[in-house]
Amino acid sequence: MRNVLLIARRELAAYLRTMSGYVIIAVVLFADGLAFNFLALPGPARKSSEVLGVFFWATSGLTMACAIFLSMRLIAEERQTGTVSLLYSSPVRDVEIVVGKFLASLGFLLLFLVSTLYMPALIAIYGKVSLGHVVSGYFGVTLVGASSLAIGTFGSALTRSQVVAVVLSAVMCLALTTFHLLAPVTDRPLTEIVMQLSWYGHFEGFRVGLVHLKDVVYFALVTFLGLFAATRVLEARRWR
Amino acid sequence: MIQVDGLTKHYGERAAIKDLSFNIEKGEVIGFLGLNGAGKSTTLKVLGCVLLPTSGKVVIDGFDVSKDPHEIRKRIGFLPDTPPLYDEMTVEGYLRFVAELRGVAKADVPARVADAMKKTALTERKDDVIATLSHGFRQRVGLAQALVHNPRLLILDEPTGGLDPVQIVEMRELIRALKGEHTVLVSSHILAEISQICDRFLVIQQGEIIARGSEEDLSKQLGGAGTVEIELSGAAQKAVDALKAVPHVTDVVVVRLDGERASLKVETDAEVRPALVKALVNAGVDVLRVDRAASRLEHIFLKLTHGKEAA
Repeated sequence: MRNVLLIARRELAAYLRTMSGYVIIAVVLFADGLAFNFLALPGPARKSSEVLGVFFWATSGLTMACAIFLSMRLIAEERQTGTVSLLYSSPVRDVEIVVGKFLASLGFLLLFLVSTLYMPALIAIYGKVSLGHVVSGYFGVTLVGASSLAIGTFGSALTRSQVVAVVLSAVMCLALTTFHLLAPVTDRPLTEIVMQLSWYGHFEGFRVGLVHLKDVVYFALVTFLGLFAATRVLEARRWR
Repeated sequence: MIQVDGLTKHYGERAAIKDLSFNIEKGEVIGFLGLNGAGKSTTLKVLGCVLLPTSGKVVIDGFDVSKDPHEIRKRIGFLPDTPPLYDEMTVEGYLRFVAELRGVAKADVPARVADAMKKTALTERKDDVIATLSHGFRQRVGLAQALVHNPRLLILDEPTGGLDPVQIVEMRELIRALKGEHTVLVSSHILAEISQICDRFLVIQQGEIIARGSEEDLSKQLGGAGTVEIELSGAAQKAVDALKAVPHVTDVVVVRLDGERASLKVETDAEVRPALVKALVNAGVDVLRVDRAASRLEHIFLKLTHGKEAA
């Protein structure tokens, strides 16, 4: 655990000391503001909970994008600059490297999520929102972010190019998000499987203020699998 | 300290190193010589537990690389050919991070970091951001990170790479100062550089060890051939004639004449330095200095590698 925290601390400091993380957050925050202004607010009078639901829907997608860009450097940059030799030649397990980096990126992603709080606050000022709905929505968005970061970490472990890492991670996240679109063209039991594999259905509950254990387990499982795969890639690189 | 037996490492189908076997004793400074692509870095990466071997056995300080890499990693300091530095960190912050990563107890970290900075003359640059350092200082930080946890074995892959002549001398002095305290394995293709700091050499070519031993041993393998530099006081021509009469001398050249003093270069095909001195003394010439030429190891290395290629 000491090594995990040590790596996480250094990685988080790297995010805070360099501009790239702030730029990513600023761009995504700007896009989230636009989405809030043009998707959540306009149209006929609606219940505050509906507006909040649209906000969480947009924010979940942008959180995914933010996570993909934040995670692109995690391992690819270490390989690009050669600093991975330091980690490989130190008494640190590969899983500690992966989890440490993941936790740092999750910490920085939370900074983005905290920055979006002003939007639910605006809804609360001009309408009526339940704290439970806000907490549930943010919990769901955090789970989406964690899953995306884990997949992004895996993508970053696969290549030394950060651009390639972004593309690989985006393809994987997009596939998981859009699995449900295959449902109309598949028969049972495949229909049920593609519906269960898709993020879409699993985020819906959080979006409207409901926390289901199966949804939490789903995102936890995706996160675990992403980190597990990243760890295996690091281990495999020692043999290549 | 290190026992390597039948070490082989494949990258896909290609064997980067083939069936290497050698032993290194505690406290030795070993030079690992080879042309680019000969397999030096791969061997050092396996010894540094960065890569795992395809086959063969590597035991360091009693621990097997394949079975106990963690135990070995605690005992080694590894400087790869590109120093593994985080540009956004300060020198001291980076070394603190590495010390903790390598398992130094938290209470001991400040003292270890201070010691590593002192040994590598970085104390005055401790607050500098690494991105702002020159190449020479970056190499020093790389060396400092390798020794910050006081490892028993130091593995230095081309530590003088890309340095200017002054920086090379400084780096050589830094490595020389580590002798005795650590077992050091250092690779380079600037052969004259490591000839001055190493006890023994391993010469690697196309993934195989083609020669091993001290500079003297390697020289003997080639019949002691090489260049001897002589500085003397007295009649230069008399000295040239005396030297030419010594068996195994193939050529004598006067390099510099400065009044009574002269510098000569003597080409030989065997180790004949005692005979050269005797011949000069008998000829009544005062000998000021007799030394092997700085490029002698390079000469040996070129002969060995060319011989291998020809074979």
